[in-house]
Amino acid sequence: MGQIEWAMWANEQALASGLILITGGIVATAGRFTQWYFGAYSMYPSTGDQEGVHSAAGVLICLLEYPRGKRKKGSTMERCGQKYLTTVVKLFGPLTRNYYVRAVLHFLLSVPAGFLLATILGTVCLVIASVIYLLAAIRGEQWIPIEPKPKERPQVGGTIKQPPTNPPPRPPVEVRKKPSVDEEEATRAGGPQVNPIPVTDEVV
Amino acid sequence: MEAPNLHLTMGNWLANHWLSVLFLVSWLGLNIFLFVCAFLNYEKSDKYFYTREILGTALAFARASASCLNFNSMMILIPVCRNLLSFLRGTCSFCNRTLRKPLDHNLIFHKLVAYMICVFTAIHVIAHLFNFERYSRSQQAMDGSLAFVLSNLSHHEKEGDSWLNPIQSPNTTVMYATFTSVAGLTGVIATTALVLMVTSAMEFIRRNYFELFWYTHHLFIVYIICLGIHGLGGIVRGQTEESMGESHPSNCSNAFLEWDKYEWSCRRPHFVGHPPQSWKWILAPIALYIFERTLRFYRSQQKVVITKVKKYTLSIAVIKALFYLSAKLNCHDVHPKGIKMMRKRGFSMEVGQYIFVNCPSISFLEWHPFTLTSAPEEEFFSIHIRAAGDWTENLIKTFERQHSPMPRIEVDGPFGTVSEDVFQYEVAVLVGAGIGVTPFASILKSIWYKFQRADNKLKTQKIYFYWICRETGAFAWFNNLLNSLEQEMEELGKTDFLNYRLFLTGWDSNIAGHAALNFDKATDVLTGLKQKTSFGRPMWDNEFSRIAAAHPKSVVGVFLCGPRTLAKSLRKCCQRYSSLDPRKVQFYFNKEMF
Repeated sequence: MGQIEWAMWANEQALASGLILITGGIVATAGRFTQWYFGAYSMYPSTGDQEGVHSAAGVLICLLEYPRGKRKKGSTMERCGQKYLTTVVKLFGPLTRNYYVRAVLHFLLSVPAGFLLATILGTVCLVIASVIYLLAAIRGEQWIPIEPKPKERPQVGGTIKQPPTNPPPRPPVEVRKKPSVDEEEATRAGGPQVNPIPVTDEVV
Repeated sequence: MEAPNLHLTMGNWLANHWLSVLFLVSWLGLNIFLFVCAFLNYEKSDKYFYTREILGTALAFARASASCLNFNSMMILIPVCRNLLSFLRGTCSFCNRTLRKPLDHNLIFHKLVAYMICVFTAIHVIAHLFNFERYSRSQQAMDGSLAFVLSNLSHHEKEGDSWLNPIQSPNTTVMYATFTSVAGLTGVIATTALVLMVTSAMEFIRRNYFELFWYTHHLFIVYIICLGIHGLGGIVRGQTEESMGESHPSNCSNAFLEWDKYEWSCRRPHFVGHPPQSWKWILAPIALYIFERTLRFYRSQQKVVITKVKKYTLSIAVIKALFYLSAKLNCHDVHPKGIKMMRKRGFSMEVGQYIFVNCPSISFLEWHPFTLTSAPEEEFFSIHIRAAGDWTENLIKTFERQHSPMPRIEVDGPFGTVSEDVFQYEVAVLVGAGIGVTPFASILKSIWYKFQRADNKLKTQKIYFYWICRETGAFAWFNNLLNSLEQEMEELGKTDFLNYRLFLTGWDSNIAGHAALNFDKATDVLTGLKQKTSFGRPMWDNEFSRIAAAHPKSVVGVFLCGPRTLAKSLRKCCQRYSSLDPRKVQFYFNKEMF
């Protein structure tokens, strides 16, 4: 198990938890679920905002976790369209690079969701993701953004080291046809190259 | 050859895959049927009239999705019972090849069922969230409604255990009710296990960190156990038969304020909980799977004698550099390969089968699949291992140690895959990319033996073999094999039986220059074979049209062991070059899945 990058799995787990959290929040809001506090004997009627908070937290988690980090070895498959979010996530620098921060963040986000039954599943999954991120951070893993490879512009003439010094081999004089007077004049007149021997087009 | 239009391509595909399509359609159909049946039962039946009074339609959704979950949890274990599948493949050897095709797609089916389980779990959980919420509300609603009256039924002790609402007191929160009931607790645990299994089984994780996937996927045991005991609490309650006879809801539901008040009024309804149903669905597949794993354990105890281990690298002089490189780059750009030859008693195989290998000294629990590269006619069996991860690298390192004894190896299998079908085709096109050549090595060796023993029952008349490789060192593996095949074909005067081409995709100008200079030599500079190595990738259109032209009336089987992109292009070519006339040339595509 030595080569496992735990952060990769934590990333998948956190993304899934984010989605579950969003779903739980939507269900609780849509059903107008009442919220209860442990041990309290009074009832707090819910407003739509409270459950909406969990959905918002879920969205934040999804946005943070969507861009996949770069693997240490080998090629990493990007998620579809992740490069836009990569630029945003990169902006936060060490906050998003460091996995300790992520572990703590996920743990903190999971706590309030633990009070609502609709989002308890999100809490459990997010706590697990937080633990895996902690493990990744302890092993020194970091989030490295996947940079788009700069397009290699084809260098025109870059591979030509030196122009050839000898003219290309020509067939012997006997085989060549005698050029007409016009052609001779044309070749002598202009063009970047002046041929020492008149050139004709030979069709083999 | 003009590509036929889309309808005809689809028609061709359907002709090849009709059994798989039928199977999938039946599975989907059963899901829909179970869902609708359960839904209608809980939504319409009088038995649940009072239950619906509190819960509404969420009850029906929860129960319908539960029914489908039972069905799918049963189905999910079956595609991974490899012995069963091999057995089916064996008994069906007289069936035509389209009937056995679905067996190749077992893992696809497993994933589909898993996705379905996720969907139904989501429906089930959401429906039960509503159910618990409504139970809780009706317990508190002091409005004297029917729901409230029903919820308070448990308070009448003399009638015993005939409550309806599991939330018994207005002070009980839904959270408390969930975590103190068997159903709630097992539900949360099972769903968490499901989520963990799914996230670690994502393609990215599975391909790159296989051990993580393998170990985490064993959480299915937790899932199955939780599923089995999920229904123990009998929370889903319906009116008893007796009570229905006495005071049917159609007569008594409106007079709920007067239940038991007077002599002539209705009796209070009595309820009874459902016994758990899930175990009935999952018992058989569990037994089957336990049998599978027991078989694996039993086979692993059998003695495996390792007779030879050989490591292939580019050349002796370069080994040192390779080791240095491998330490630096950590073995991803360098592929030392190992080959083992083991002899096992009572072991019989067919061409192209695979085995699971376990090395207890490296990892007690991990079993990794490897294709067998030996032929059934040989006394020993062999595998080729490419260093592609922790376990394989450790295995190779263990064998390289000079002074320690040979590590013990356990083997389970062999299990059948698609290569067994090669000899059923008149013409076979075998395409192997890199290490994907291993099943075909087995086939080619088997052919060698068959010709040696003058086996004239061979249906196959012609084989086209394409091997696509990135580096020259890789050719060393099977040089000997291809060499001896070349010789044997010449001796028997059957030089046109085997037509093979090797393609080197990772070439540079040095290699190309070298090859160009030695153009006139009879044998290839890189491999020493008569067949010259080609550079780059094959142009499949040319190859396929050439084959179609050479065999206008044959059925051609195309077998690939390699990457998905190659599978796509080959599949397209198969469809494009198969004739519309079923009597003319037909290409059937088969892909190994590893």
